[in-house]
Amino acid sequence: MFFLDTMGLMFKCIYSGILSTVLFVCLCVFVCVCVQEVVAGVIVLVCKESLQHHGITLNMEGLVNLQLSSKSVGVFEAFYNSVKPIQLISNNIEVAKAGKIPGGKTEIPFEFPLQAKGNKVLYETYHGVFVNIQYTLRCDMKRPLLAKDLSRNCEFIVHCQPQKSKIAPTPVNFTVTPDTLENIRERSSLPKFLIRGHLDATNCVISQPLTGEVLVENSDTPIKSIELQLVRVETCGCAEGYARDATEIQNIQIAEGDVCHGLSIPIYMVFPRLFTCPTLETTNFKVEFEVNVVIVLHDDHLITENFPLKLCRV
Amino acid sequence: MFCASSLCGLSRRSRGRNYDAELQRCRPEMAPVEFGDYHPLKPIMVTDTKTRRGARKGSTSSSSSSSSSVPPDPLSSMLDGTDPLSMFAAASATETPAVSHSASAGDLGRKRREKEEEAVGPDFEPWYSKRGEILTRFTTTEKLSINLFMGIDKGKAQSPGSSGVSEKVRTRLEELDDLEEGSQREMLNLSQQDYTNRIEELNQSLKEAWSSDQKVKALKIVIQCSKLLSDTSVIQFYPSKFVLITDILDTFGQLVYDRIWTMCSDPQPLPDSFTVEDVNDTAKETCLNWFFKIASIRELLPRLYVEAAILKCNRFLNKNGIQETLPRLTAMIRGIGDPLVAAYTRAYLCRIGMEVAPHLKDSLNRNFFDLLTTFRQISGESVRNQLVVQRVEVPEYLTLYSPAISWILQCIAYRAPEPLLTEMMERCKKLGNNALLLNSVMRAFRPEFVAARATDFIGMIKDCDEAGFPKHLLFGSLGQSLASADPPESERLTILNEAWKVITKVRSPVDYISCAEIWVEFTCRHFTKREVNTVLADIIKHMTPDRAFEDAYAQLQSVIRKILTYFHDFSVLFSMERFLPFLDMFQKDSVRVEVCRSIMEVFIKHQVDLTRDPVILNAMLHICKTMHDSVNALTLEDEKRSLALLIIGFIRMVSFGRDFEQQLSFCVEARATFCNLEPVLVQLIHTVNQLAMETRRVMRGSHSRKTAAFVRACAAYSFITIPSLSSIFSRLSLYLLSGQVALANQCLSQADAFLKAAVSILPEVPRSISIEGKLRSSESFLLDFINNFLATLLVVPDHPEHGVLYLVRGLLNMVQDYTWEENSDAKVRIYISALPLLAAMSQETYLYSIPKVDSNETLYGGDPKFLSEINKLSETLIAQILDHLKALGREEQSTRRQGAVALSLFSALLAHGDLRNNKLSQLTVNLWNLSHKHGYCETRISVRTLEHIKHQAQQPDMAHLSDTVQRLTLQTRT
Repeated sequence: MFFLDTMGLMFKCIYSGILSTVLFVCLCVFVCVCVQEVVAGVIVLVCKESLQHHGITLNMEGLVNLQLSSKSVGVFEAFYNSVKPIQLISNNIEVAKAGKIPGGKTEIPFEFPLQAKGNKVLYETYHGVFVNIQYTLRCDMKRPLLAKDLSRNCEFIVHCQPQKSKIAPTPVNFTVTPDTLENIRERSSLPKFLIRGHLDATNCVISQPLTGEVLVENSDTPIKSIELQLVRVETCGCAEGYARDATEIQNIQIAEGDVCHGLSIPIYMVFPRLFTCPTLETTNFKVEFEVNVVIVLHDDHLITENFPLKLCRV
Repeated sequence: MFCASSLCGLSRRSRGRNYDAELQRCRPEMAPVEFGDYHPLKPIMVTDTKTRRGARKGSTSSSSSSSSSVPPDPLSSMLDGTDPLSMFAAASATETPAVSHSASAGDLGRKRREKEEEAVGPDFEPWYSKRGEILTRFTTTEKLSINLFMGIDKGKAQSPGSSGVSEKVRTRLEELDDLEEGSQREMLNLSQQDYTNRIEELNQSLKEAWSSDQKVKALKIVIQCSKLLSDTSVIQFYPSKFVLITDILDTFGQLVYDRIWTMCSDPQPLPDSFTVEDVNDTAKETCLNWFFKIASIRELLPRLYVEAAILKCNRFLNKNGIQETLPRLTAMIRGIGDPLVAAYTRAYLCRIGMEVAPHLKDSLNRNFFDLLTTFRQISGESVRNQLVVQRVEVPEYLTLYSPAISWILQCIAYRAPEPLLTEMMERCKKLGNNALLLNSVMRAFRPEFVAARATDFIGMIKDCDEAGFPKHLLFGSLGQSLASADPPESERLTILNEAWKVITKVRSPVDYISCAEIWVEFTCRHFTKREVNTVLADIIKHMTPDRAFEDAYAQLQSVIRKILTYFHDFSVLFSMERFLPFLDMFQKDSVRVEVCRSIMEVFIKHQVDLTRDPVILNAMLHICKTMHDSVNALTLEDEKRSLALLIIGFIRMVSFGRDFEQQLSFCVEARATFCNLEPVLVQLIHTVNQLAMETRRVMRGSHSRKTAAFVRACAAYSFITIPSLSSIFSRLSLYLLSGQVALANQCLSQADAFLKAAVSILPEVPRSISIEGKLRSSESFLLDFINNFLATLLVVPDHPEHGVLYLVRGLLNMVQDYTWEENSDAKVRIYISALPLLAAMSQETYLYSIPKVDSNETLYGGDPKFLSEINKLSETLIAQILDHLKALGREEQSTRRQGAVALSLFSALLAHGDLRNNKLSQLTVNLWNLSHKHGYCETRISVRTLEHIKHQAQQPDMAHLSDTVQRLTLQTRT
């Protein structure tokens, strides 16, 4: 079940003909209708004078692009071995037969059913590094000889329909002291500190912010900054196995300078649109998210506490 | 044809006049006005009942009390208590004491009250009034720097292409990109003024970027600017920096709000009280986009500030947006480590909160409590280190907080219930180093609240840590509250004593005076001159060593101002021993004069009764002398004029009642003191003249020997004062006036001397004088004066030793010798106006006379010699005039003037000459013809003149005029 974000996009193009100047604009307005799950809108054509054409077509496509990172495989392999894109949906209609468009503004309405191809599932729109899920509309106008064909692209956004079930929030408490740290060379050189906190939930609703609290009980070295780092973990499967990469989406500072000890500081982060989607797990690829609470001390010690997240849409 | 020569040598006789009879004739017929008739000024009244007419006739009282028989007047019927305004007033008045008066009225009242609570009233001191104060108070001479890095936020999405490149390289590349755009700028070594200008430039470029649709650039500017607020180097300047930068944030917030607002007002403008449902989807989407963008700002401080700036936009998204966001932002501020930065961020949030949602008090309180919790950071190590590096003392550092904390407290205290304020105070008490807080509490809370607990506050101030916040500032704040609200009567003296005990111990004169200045108001408000005197003595004691007063003129002036607002009784004021010594501290001339001036202004405004109190006179003379002595060659005209006005105001308030001699001697003294200000001298002469007239009134016109001597002394005063004036016209008019006064007081020789003096200085009158900086011909003034003078001459008796009509002849000689402007008829005009005088002099009874002074009528008793003397004189005059007429006739361009002169001579002769004399009558006819010869005469005037003559001819013994009329022909211009 899917529905579309309501949005309007406009494309402009100035076309210069041999004898006359024709302004051609294609504007698609998508109206979401949840029940029928259709992409609907209008094609807007604006030209000064009447325009001869050989047909206008509209093409809708949903694709998952996968890319192998150079870290997992070599640079060249990454270039050659990129996985074939997975087509989720594809539809093509002819909007207008060859003919003439009168001068001025012409609006042609259209409508597509959102029906996945075969037994495929439509995923949410997601812009990542190694995984990209994108839905586009392309409008083409064939033109007679001596004139270039015109083409406009427009992305539309697909959101999963909310899952009916409610998730109970599971708060996670954490305590950071020199003893709880892993991955350090010299434990003795560490300054003393005690930092406590909690996340209200690790299974988050994507439209709701990530919340929680962090509290510096004490710290010998002054604190320089406390940050929240949102990380995506993308896994691509291919013939040779799979590649798993973690990259930063955004880094939000929640404390700056030597904060008051014993006073809880709120953790608050809004999940950015497009760059996050509900946690996704398919046979070919996976998109997961994690958050790091990063504490930077004044002597540039970096203390990180990692929490895997499970995002969903309610 | 007009022949002048044929008329020479004829006797010109003025006709006899009976002034009384003429006066009777001239009076308009008296039309008796019946009382109660229509009068335009009488209010229009509706009285319809016939029975009442008689009774109500002429009454002007309003008809509101009349019975129903009077038709309803729309205005008075509104006053019956049915109009909405008085209904509200009645409702709210009864609503407070009564529990359930009337349900509807009560509801109405409650609703109104709720609304009042919601809105921020005019009694809330707005931010912009604080702005200027902060900017002037927190300044620095250190060099500042602005570091703007217009890079892309690192938290933003990475493009897949750059994923392979390492983090470091990526930032480098971004920086390179930015440098190409020229957007990274680091400005060092800026003076404070430069800094302010730069910030203003940024404000401008923000607006430009916005209007040129570069929204992203605008956002970047705002983010970079708010980032500057995390920089606390040059910490003394931080409050000012905060003010400057929040201006930019305000601009930005307004821009965003306006844009979204216009997006929704496409078909019709959105009402002010719109709800979420009224907002269309596009606007919501745009608004949401802004919030998403801001939520991804990497750094905490810019994120906080920018979100606070567009807090108002939450109204477009959902109903509770603001309500939910404010507490969240409040909590987020806890993440700011630097206590100063955090305090100011809180102040900004409170400000925005008060603007956008003044009813949400909770987050204000939350902010304050958080602030209290973080208070211990101020004495923490990182702050200490910072202060050492910047070489800033702790007390100075603490004062940096006061604008922010005061603002937060002001927001909280605004219309807050008493218990809340008490709770706040208790919380402040609990904290250790609470001087700073205490100071802000006293500044922010209602003065009434503070005043009621003044004794408590004094106790708390005493308990404060001496090292932290300077105590004189605390007392200053307390004094400010007490200046506008009254503490309980019984505590006042204790408060003053306690406060002054501390104030007097303040060593630094600057600190001392700034505090003492505030407390003067409290002292003046509640205590008598004794206490104020003590305070003044203390101030003198503190400020005199090392001439400390030189740096504190502003404060000392304000002390004087405050005293003057409360002490309007100048006898009390000047009986304060220390008042004049206090004035002596103003040793810089300009300040001194300014102070004197302010005292004088108050004196003139508030001294209602005339005074002879020696204390006041001495002091005021001293003050006026100070002002007078400040006048020098470089003083501007305006300045002189205003000083003179003030001194004149003082002189007019001086009166010794019946003790005229003392008044005169005061004038003598004043003349000596104020010799440089001419207007003052003029006033003195007027005063003395008035004195003489007053004496005359008291003696009912007949002077005793003593009073006669006195009025002669007055005349002598005027006579010797007038020559020292430089303005010729004030001299002339004063001579004339004083002459008249002398004459009225039977001082004949003095009057003669005045008038002679006036005549003798006539030749000195310049032909042009400067009026308001422009050179004007003096002719019209001179003509006016001479006409006035001539009128006086009628009653001046001839001097026995000089010839007949000595003064008239003298005047006419002067007129003849005076170098008149070329092409001017002024001389002849004077001659023409002298003719009526001569005519009046030849009457048996004069038109007017002065009691107890024998005019020429009595002296000569209609002696034919005297009359012939007059006739001879008038003949000469007429001959002169005719000569002039002839001369005018010679030139083509002067014919118009000839006509005019001829006509006025004609009128003079007609009115005053005896036209029974044939020759004279012939002359008038000739003059008439001459004036009409060139057709310049206005027909309307001619017609009216003829009608007048015809009218005159109907009078008894004027019948001869009808012959003359026959000969006067009306020539119409063809």
